[in-house]
Amino acid sequence: MDELLRVKNLKTHFFTKYGVVKAVDGVSFSLNKGETFGIVGESGCGKSITALSILRLIQEPPGRIVDGEIFLEGQDLLKLDKKQMRRVRGKKISMILQDPLSSLNPVFTIGSQLIEAIRIENHTKPSGYWEKARKLLEMVQIPSPAVRLKNWPHQLSGGMRQRIVGAISLASKPQLLIADEPTTALDATIQVQFLRLLRELQEKTQVGLIIITHDFGIIARMCQRAAVMYAGKIVEIGPVKELFDRPAHPYTAGLMRSLPKLEETVERLVSIPGQPPPLDVEIKGCGFYDRCDVGLELCANKKPPVVNINPGHEVRCWNTQRIEKGSKGCQ
Amino acid sequence: MNGAVFQKTIGHIRAIDDVSFSLDEGKTFGLVGESGCGKSTVAKVILQLEKATAGKILFRGKDMATFTRDDQKAYHSAVQAVFQDPTSSLNPRMRVCDIIAEPLIINHKVTSAQVKEQVALVLDKVGISSQRANCFPHEFSGGQRQRIAMARALTVQPNLIVMDEPISALDVSIQAQIMNLLRDLQEELNIAYLFIAHDLATVKYMSHQLGVMYLGKLLEHGPAEQVIRRRLHPYTQALFAAAMPSHPDLIKDEVVLTGEVPSAFNPPSGCRFHPRCTRAMAVCSETEPELKEIDSQYNVACHLY
Repeated sequence: MDELLRVKNLKTHFFTKYGVVKAVDGVSFSLNKGETFGIVGESGCGKSITALSILRLIQEPPGRIVDGEIFLEGQDLLKLDKKQMRRVRGKKISMILQDPLSSLNPVFTIGSQLIEAIRIENHTKPSGYWEKARKLLEMVQIPSPAVRLKNWPHQLSGGMRQRIVGAISLASKPQLLIADEPTTALDATIQVQFLRLLRELQEKTQVGLIIITHDFGIIARMCQRAAVMYAGKIVEIGPVKELFDRPAHPYTAGLMRSLPKLEETVERLVSIPGQPPPLDVEIKGCGFYDRCDVGLELCANKKPPVVNINPGHEVRCWNTQRIEKGSKGCQ
Repeated sequence: MNGAVFQKTIGHIRAIDDVSFSLDEGKTFGLVGESGCGKSTVAKVILQLEKATAGKILFRGKDMATFTRDDQKAYHSAVQAVFQDPTSSLNPRMRVCDIIAEPLIINHKVTSAQVKEQVALVLDKVGISSQRANCFPHEFSGGQRQRIAMARALTVQPNLIVMDEPISALDVSIQAQIMNLLRDLQEELNIAYLFIAHDLATVKYMSHQLGVMYLGKLLEHGPAEQVIRRRLHPYTQALFAAAMPSHPDLIKDEVVLTGEVPSAFNPPSGCRFHPRCTRAMAVCSETEPELKEIDSQYNVACHLY
């Protein structure tokens, strides 16, 4: 089976004294082996909570996965007990976070942190740990790897630390790697080095890669397919080229129009009015309605369904009449 | 504003070294560079939050070092700032009307009626309802808080606003709103901006002039459209090559810079960029290239030119 991960109707809610925050509210997508899938959206859209839900790292209370299924190679992770999930987390699924400094333990050497991950893999004998660690650093193109093994995180630059985090995440030979804003803290020239490395590692190991970001440029560069999230839901999902050429959801189209591009000169960017909704307020109808330029009265009152536009390209919208197959989306 | 050569030494780090550029009235000078390049230090020196170790800053032709008390007072109103984080740059315990009024009250003798009028005026200019003037910063969103920071800068009718990453902490769908607002205000009020950012596409949209910094040095600067098109300095080329594509079909086979930015404590000899430069020559490790005007208003610091 080529399919690695299938998330079905995932719902993760947070029960606070101010009300229920529906951080992830019915998210569904799938990922094949060796594929790079992007989840793009702004702060508060639910993309990070989606990732943490897959790893079942939701703090309970106040959070809880209230509905859905997460199939990893056909097995529903939400049906596993804590011990079984521990064997999945860090071994079958790995995660890279945004800030490499807080991902690495400051009081342990690089070598010992790598070895901690190598031991999970279970195929290397203890006598081979150090050499395996050195090889991992080589794999992520760290110069003088034998020396680096004895360094502490604070002795290294941000770019190097992030590459080491990458090495640690791949040490257990996972099937799925989730990278949550992996390059936001890195400079532009370091970011492109790291993304290139991530791409090479993926091609080598055929790991399934989910990249979570707010940056459409990273989606363009790295992903074959992507989902656009807004207010806890996926509003559009499809091949990346489709998202850029024929954005079906008004939010996606609005974002495309509002992003400055190096390759073209526009007189004026067209911005999306208003701001993302607060998450603790129950929204009747579509969450994007008050910012939408093609909204119908129906949109204000009833939650829109998921509509299939083209093979593999779906949108959560009532106003799909304006989209003809092959037309330029909602411009 | 006219700048001249200036340096700032913090301990043994030459945070900015031989940076020279001029900023025209009512225009935007975009300054780009990666962390440690010194762009924030340039901002601080212009804002008088740091003192230059050497060199001159000329404001309307007058040398900052020879400012009289009146000149200094006028400068405080003439040059204002907007910072990156709209949460930490607004005092959470002050109402918005007081935050905005503060520069006005400090710098000028005004009646409370005048203050109220000016606050309402600038709030209107940045698109915030004056009915919310009595609210506290936490009652607003990030984008709104940044508008409030802009309103505060506008109260004293400045000639120059120094902005250090003013939109990078904001959501993407809000960034365009704020950029358009900045441009509109510039046109209406003839305010110059020093716009410091790391995102090239943003800087391109905002700037008339563009400067590229690396490890304390200004490597290239000139009319924005020209710098973007010509990209003479190898570092400028690398920086543009590192920018993310705006479409999946536009992925280029980029020149990926190897290695890391060297330590500012121990910068490379000669040209600071030479260890990572694909076109370095023998002279590059020996002599530091000077910032030379190679075309009208276009300057590059590189031995290739």
